[in-house]
Amino acid sequence: MAAKFDNAIVRWIDHRLPIFSFMHHELHEYPTPKNLSYWWNFGSLAGIALVIMIVTGITLAMHYTPHVDYAFDSVERIMRDVNYGWLIRYLHTNGGSFFFIVVYIHIFRGMYYGSYKAPRELLWMLGVVILLLMMATAFMGYVLPWGQMSFWGATVITNLFSAIPVVGQSIVTWLWGGFSVDNATLNRFYSLHYLLPFVIVGVVILHMVALHRFGSNNPLGVDVKSAKDQIPFHPYYTIKDAFGLGVFLIFFSAFVFFAPNYLGHPDNYIQANPLVTPAHIVPEWYFLPFYAVLRAVPDKLGGVLLMFGSIAVLFILPWLDRSPVRSGQFRPIFKIFFWIIVLDSVLLTYLGGKPAEGGYVIAARFATAYYFMHFLIILPALSIFETPKPLPKSISEPVIGGGGGFAGATAAPKENVR
Amino acid sequence: MAETQQGETRRDFLYIATAAVGAVGAGSAIWPLIDQMNPAADVLALSSIEFDLSTVEPGMAVTVKWRGKPVFVRYRTPEEITSAEAVPLDELPDPQTDASRVQEAKYLILVGVCTHLGCVPLGQKASDPRGDYGGWFCPCHGSHYDTSGRIRKGPAPLNLFVPAYEFVSDTTVRIG
Ligand code: HEM
Ligand code: FES
Repeated sequence: MAAKFDNAIVRWIDHRLPIFSFMHHELHEYPTPKNLSYWWNFGSLAGIALVIMIVTGITLAMHYTPHVDYAFDSVERIMRDVNYGWLIRYLHTNGGSFFFIVVYIHIFRGMYYGSYKAPRELLWMLGVVILLLMMATAFMGYVLPWGQMSFWGATVITNLFSAIPVVGQSIVTWLWGGFSVDNATLNRFYSLHYLLPFVIVGVVILHMVALHRFGSNNPLGVDVKSAKDQIPFHPYYTIKDAFGLGVFLIFFSAFVFFAPNYLGHPDNYIQANPLVTPAHIVPEWYFLPFYAVLRAVPDKLGGVLLMFGSIAVLFILPWLDRSPVRSGQFRPIFKIFFWIIVLDSVLLTYLGGKPAEGGYVIAARFATAYYFMHFLIILPALSIFETPKPLPKSISEPVIGGGGGFAGATAAPKENVR
Repeated sequence: MAETQQGETRRDFLYIATAAVGAVGAGSAIWPLIDQMNPAADVLALSSIEFDLSTVEPGMAVTVKWRGKPVFVRYRTPEEITSAEAVPLDELPDPQTDASRVQEAKYLILVGVCTHLGCVPLGQKASDPRGDYGGWFCPCHGSHYDTSGRIRKGPAPLNLFVPAYEFVSDTTVRIG
């Protein structure tokens, strides 16, 4: 159990506080399916993105002033005068976008390979909680530079709560701390923007605890049957993740150094003006699909409910898709619908960035209807009508042929003994 | 037997009473932490503003700031007034007569905040789009307001809000 450590000091500490044994167990010998593809890189990338956000955020906070009269100028000062301020801010701004890219890929990976299915339902739901917290954090962070998009994004999103019958307006006033988005709002958003990332860290830890209970799912979606199906995390996956990180950093740096404002909106370099709404207010790109759903409905409360509903369906996904087969590789019809829902999400993202008029609204209505149909009708129906392809007996079987020797050792999903 | 029964009921009562007092205590300790987010006294101290209408010409619109929000003052042309008055009430999502929304028909005074999600509708400047009903057009999600500031088309549920105001003289109005 307790790993042998060469260093006497490490041994002395580990005997009293088994932190080194713990890390050795969870990060070194941690048994992992041997067939994970690069789609399994995005979890560790998300963790690294979170660290990048916290480190750059805390350093930005050393120069930022949360006051309506100074916020915009303090960000400009970071850009022009603070040593490497431009770099830290561009890392933070683009880091937010890349965090979302990574997490969205991570989520679609889970959807394709059925990673939300038993026994990983809570692992999946904790992931959805992380997504919600990320959205709240990014939304409040975007308000901080106090540009036009900051101000009007904050106005529109906080006003969503006014759709709640009876108490809606009081809730909005409470969120604002006044009668419009103003200094009180900026201050509390700063306070919460600082806090929430650490709440995310907490939920990520729970996410990891749930993950390490049964270990990773894998591209075949079949349970680990014996130790022959697994390899230790280190060095095999540490090196694979490190290579993926290198590729990620190339893309990330390309944006930070060559197109730092490509994903942003130029109007946010205009200081907030409560009397003039920009002609097209659009949220950051990662909110666009949800924004498209919101605007697709011609009714205020209906739009808000549907928008929150689009995330709520992810919560209950493990109970919507009842097919016992996890991996999309063995589900010929599911596979087609999976790619349609990916395209539908991309379409919603595109439509969310277009003005809410004419053909765009109509297209957004169809795309929204399809989104809900996929989760509420197609997936439950497929679980009944689809005939999956035969599954391999074990992870090893398709590779070395006739893995029968290993299979059948244990039928139930293998718990990781700790 | 009866005694133990009784003893248990008394103990249950004590548990419930303790929990109830604890809950009230926790609740009253949490309330200040929630209420601190409501508007503070200085924010609440209602400001009112006075505005000189003589600077506004027929057909012109002016925006003034009140409580951090824009207030629209529009000097309506006779055609705009007649078109606003002519609309049958059953055509309106939020039925209100034009007369109930003005004190003096030519001056339309409104809070310039879209009742959908709070954008400032366009239509104050002559070059602005005014929507399908000649009043205001909210670019955020496409709400159209008429020349009485009533919602006609789009996602907004209510008419533009009429603030409390009074004429302190023929040409001066106090808003708030
Ligand atoms: C989950 C992690 C985080 C996300 C997704 C996130 C997201 C964002 C976003 C989108 C912005 C607006 C950037 C812009 O357009 O200028 C922002 C700004 C800011 N964030 Fe974060 N953030 C995170 C963590 C943190 C942390 C831990 C801090 C520490 C205090 C922090 C401090 C700041 C500050 C001071 C600004 C204003 C300066 C600026 O606008 O560049 N952030 N954040
Ligand atoms: S805020 Fe005006 S239409 Fe949505």
